[in-house]
Amino acid sequence: MIGKTAVDNSLSNSVQKKSVIETKPKRKISIPKLLIYALLIAMAIVCFIPFLMMLVNATRSNEAILSGFTLIPGSALVENYQTMMSYINIWAGFKNSLFISVLVTLLSGYFSALTAYGFAFYVFKGKNAMFVFMLVMMMVPGQLGLIGFYELCKNLGILDTYIPLIIPAAASPFVVFFLRQYILTTLHPSLIEAARIDGASEFKIFHTIAIPIMMPAIATMSIFTFIGSWNNYIMPLVVLFSPEKFTLPVLMGFLKGSQVAQNLGSMYLGIAISVVPIMVAFLFLSKYIVNSISAGSIKE
Amino acid sequence: MKNINRYGYFFIAPFWLVFLVFSIYPVALTFYYSFTNYTGSGEAQLVGLANYKRLLTDTYFVEAFFNTWKIWGVNFALQMGLALILAMIFSDMRIKLKGIAFFRSIFYLPNLITISSVALLFGILLDWQHGSLNMMLMKLGIISDPINWLNEPTSAQLSVSLILTWMWFGHSFIVVMAGVSGISKDYYEAALIDGANRWQTFSKITIPLLKPILLYIMITSLIGGLQLFDLPMLLTDGIGSPDGSLNTMVLYLYNQAFKYNNYGYAAAVAYGLFVITLIFSAFIFKGMYGKERKQPRQV
Repeated sequence: MIGKTAVDNSLSNSVQKKSVIETKPKRKISIPKLLIYALLIAMAIVCFIPFLMMLVNATRSNEAILSGFTLIPGSALVENYQTMMSYINIWAGFKNSLFISVLVTLLSGYFSALTAYGFAFYVFKGKNAMFVFMLVMMMVPGQLGLIGFYELCKNLGILDTYIPLIIPAAASPFVVFFLRQYILTTLHPSLIEAARIDGASEFKIFHTIAIPIMMPAIATMSIFTFIGSWNNYIMPLVVLFSPEKFTLPVLMGFLKGSQVAQNLGSMYLGIAISVVPIMVAFLFLSKYIVNSISAGSIKE
Repeated sequence: MKNINRYGYFFIAPFWLVFLVFSIYPVALTFYYSFTNYTGSGEAQLVGLANYKRLLTDTYFVEAFFNTWKIWGVNFALQMGLALILAMIFSDMRIKLKGIAFFRSIFYLPNLITISSVALLFGILLDWQHGSLNMMLMKLGIISDPINWLNEPTSAQLSVSLILTWMWFGHSFIVVMAGVSGISKDYYEAALIDGANRWQTFSKITIPLLKPILLYIMITSLIGGLQLFDLPMLLTDGIGSPDGSLNTMVLYLYNQAFKYNNYGYAAAVAYGLFVITLIFSAFIFKGMYGKERKQPRQV
């Protein structure tokens, strides 16, 4: 539609307008462009300044922070660290979060691939109904089952363990959906037939042919799974009670109510420790992550 | 061949086992609890629709509903506005900006940071007397007296909206750009030849062709926004102060269940939230696609 009207208009207007286009850009090029760059840089500064304040304040003593604002680093980094560590062990939170997120990512990647393959390449009774049901459940917000989930964990005796945070990752409808779409377009059934004729078992075909082909899509989804698990707050908050088992986000909440909150420098340092590794990882992965977001939204 | 197809069940069995136990069952159990007066211990007694009746007249829930909408709405308008302006600038064939990868990364960075860390960070940065933000603004001469960001209902809600915008506009920008890069250059060239100005190009070509992407952003953002929890929980004392202005629906659900042990009622709150999400998602879908029953365009 649009293309057509555009072409129609172009026929009638091109003669008059052409001269305008050719003469316009040359002189005007620099000033608006500079303005736009200035604006973009200002936005980049706004994006980054809270982190900068955090990093600077992490090195300043409580008194220095209370007395005024500066972007010049102080010299209280070691004291702040000692104060913070005397109340909470932030590295333990780090380790717990890492442990959970890595397992969640592995489970979600493997079992979603398995399920996606099952949905894509076999014909069995109830397949379509199950698939549609899964898609419908995908729309259900996570909080809907929160209370039932808590009760279930209580009855199974798995509260205050990592089981409720890790095992459910084996059923990730969105990842299954994404991987199914992916493998349907990338893996031709004739390849599977050939492997069967060569005598490979079904699971062997899956492990040696399907998984390698799905790997780019699994990697894409893994980034989101990992970030989602790493940032998850409400689930560990509900399920975990023992401070030594807390994940990083829950530990951050704990930090707020603890004695550390009295010392702003230590507080900033604690937050900085939770943030900086992600920023460093992002430095190396930013291109990949950005591409994944684009792919995820368009494939959807 | 028939035998081989039986393997399909083996492949999907682990998924369904976990899915039934940890997703379907909790959702069903919550539904059952929403008709009871369960308090977390002892027997659950059926009370019919009492919880739902209470929900409809509960001023705290209604307030939480409007708070959530206000916070999400302001954030969404700002976030989309910024994302679209940025997309317009970066896709303009006449300007041809460089450094898109750099800006994209910087704009996206806040989105990656754990929300609880973000909440804590802004909690102390926005502090009335000792927060670095007030100190910086005063030093720069932008304000003369410290602003009590988090202690006054309107500014507290606005602060949360702005933090959310800060966190999400980069993400929306990336998604919009992905959509824009899928639009054929021919349209823009034709528009350029026609002498269409930037706004015409943007509103008559980019926006209509981006409809599916905009719908995607809007629905995912709405679902996420209605579940707003971490920020209000950690920015305040956990019950949505000041004046209940940061009391969101999920925060209310959490407090009803795990603070006051009203499991039955909290379950009804969860279903209320679900129905609200469904209604508004359908609403957005209708609003954007309305009468033209076209297939969403694959970009």
